[in-house]
Amino acid sequence: MALDDLKNAYVAFDRVQKSYDGEILVVKDLNLAIGKGEFLTMLGPSGSGKTTCLMMLAGFETATHGDILLDGKPINNIPPHKRGIGMVFQNYALFPHMTVGENLAFPLEVRKIGKSERDDMVKAALDMVQMGDFAGRRPAQLSGGQQQRIALARALVFKPELVLMDEPLGALDKQLREQMQYEIKHLHESLGITVVYVTHDQSEALTMSDRVAVFEDGRIQQLATPADLYERPENAFVAQFIGENNTLNATITGVEGNMVAVDIDGGMKGHALAVNCGGVGTRTILSIRPERVALNSDGPNKADAKVMELIYLGDHIRCRLVVSGNDKFIVKVPNSAGQKHLVVGETTPISWHSEDCRALDA
Amino acid sequence: MSKLPPYTTTGQRVWHYTFLTICGFIFFFLIFPIMVIVPLSFNAQDFFTFTPEMLAFKAEGYSLKHYEDFFGDADWQRAMWMSIKIAPVATILAVTFGTLAAVGLSQSHVPFRGVIMAILISPMIVPLIISAMGMYFFYSKIGIQGTYWGVVLAHAVLGIPFVIITVTATLVGFDHSLTRASANMGAGPVRTFFKVQMPLILPGVISGGLFAFITSFDEVVVTKFVGSAAQTTLPWRMFTGLREQISPTILAVATLLVVISICLLTTLELLRRRSERLRGMSPG
Repeated sequence: MALDDLKNAYVAFDRVQKSYDGEILVVKDLNLAIGKGEFLTMLGPSGSGKTTCLMMLAGFETATHGDILLDGKPINNIPPHKRGIGMVFQNYALFPHMTVGENLAFPLEVRKIGKSERDDMVKAALDMVQMGDFAGRRPAQLSGGQQQRIALARALVFKPELVLMDEPLGALDKQLREQMQYEIKHLHESLGITVVYVTHDQSEALTMSDRVAVFEDGRIQQLATPADLYERPENAFVAQFIGENNTLNATITGVEGNMVAVDIDGGMKGHALAVNCGGVGTRTILSIRPERVALNSDGPNKADAKVMELIYLGDHIRCRLVVSGNDKFIVKVPNSAGQKHLVVGETTPISWHSEDCRALDA
Repeated sequence: MSKLPPYTTTGQRVWHYTFLTICGFIFFFLIFPIMVIVPLSFNAQDFFTFTPEMLAFKAEGYSLKHYEDFFGDADWQRAMWMSIKIAPVATILAVTFGTLAAVGLSQSHVPFRGVIMAILISPMIVPLIISAMGMYFFYSKIGIQGTYWGVVLAHAVLGIPFVIITVTATLVGFDHSLTRASANMGAGPVRTFFKVQMPLILPGVISGGLFAFITSFDEVVVTKFVGSAAQTTLPWRMFTGLREQISPTILAVATLLVVISICLLTTLELLRRRSERLRGMSPG
């Protein structure tokens, strides 16, 4: 990463490494620049190092190596309580012995803000999350969703410019989670704050973020906008982790511009977009999204597939097929007039365009 | 008593009643020796036995003379005031150091936690007479043997293990993300401790303090070694009283101590429940 990027960024990780035991690196050489006002999500499976990165930014963990910069200044030697960063914790971490109002007033008291101004700020923050009537309640008297809103209000009440969120919606049911996703997104837009959000839920990441950093094995595998991440994954891990994905193992037999000719295991031949693959003779993993496969033989890449399973999902039907020996090949068939009705056990032709098939690292 | 469920076998029924009987015996052996002193302390005679008048529930068999002895005797009064002067100070010291130790030892980054914990708990495990002797020689060397502060310090040492154990138990359920949240909102370690951690572990601190208080109030072995005649506490006076002049005044004192202990325990338990309810940690 260019030095200028790190200097101009609001939050920057500069060659950051972290090891808990002095041997295994949980974060390996992290470089990341986050712009002011950006909503950046750290997405990855558990143990990928994303939460460790967030904790280092909050100051609860120290970087073993490298610098973390906030607004151009290194913050490695600043204790957490002097960083002025707001945070929403995974389990909300509301103080059970204080009322909702006292919880929100806590960061303001610490900052020695006068009583009347404090009350106004608490009220404004509660109104912001539609919890204005709950100031006198205790956290134990609130539902999970309400506690989540209070935690959000408490992280925002002292008007920090940077807010960290550590899987804040993990404990909510699906409907509430989706609603909160939009609310957090709208708060981010209206307040103009910078948000660093950690989650393992890819749909959450795609819904809310300006950019997503996909973590795996202590490294950022890809840093891109949600659309790029889905449409143009750079490696097999990202393709597999973001959205649904079909993979086929293949060997490259020829390179033609940005396309490659491939021999797919199982005898089929085809073409694919060269994204992250080697030269002639090397192995590759082909990635094809389920919705880009057609149940006809119109496309340039054709195969015969045996129907193994049909799952009715209302708006579409998920078909599990066997293609070139891969029995987890998924195709989504829209539930609309004129679509072919498949029967389990029958063989159907399928095809896809070469541009929709990406040749990735094996 | 709740009815046994209909599917219980004969064996289970037999065991159920055997179990109740065993429980009954345990309670009997624990409580009866204490209970028996209560009526005896109202004895009109200077004996440790039930007189025929007492057993016949005649008014002349009972009197408050032993209580009058206790409140009228300068020796007993001095001993009582000495205990009242020592126990609260020893309790405050034990609670302060015990709580700090428990909070410190609950942090995962502290090295040799097990060893430190074992050393701090040891006064509870080592036979009292050995602690007492050790303290006697050590306190003599540093010149606090036979002083008020020597006894207070010794009692605090005996009380600390109780505080550490109860506070550590409370800390097990303490959510450490709360201290992180507090730091994140700008509160330094001291404010975090007093505003966030302390209110939540208070029930454990109170129970520990109660045990420390009672330890100090009941303790006689260490007091006799570390103290001098000027630090004669109530238990010490009782011990002397038993050995030199078998007087039922001791029974009156013992009854008073039992009543005080029960009142103390009840009050603090009620306070603890109230604070827990206020904190919304247990349903009302």
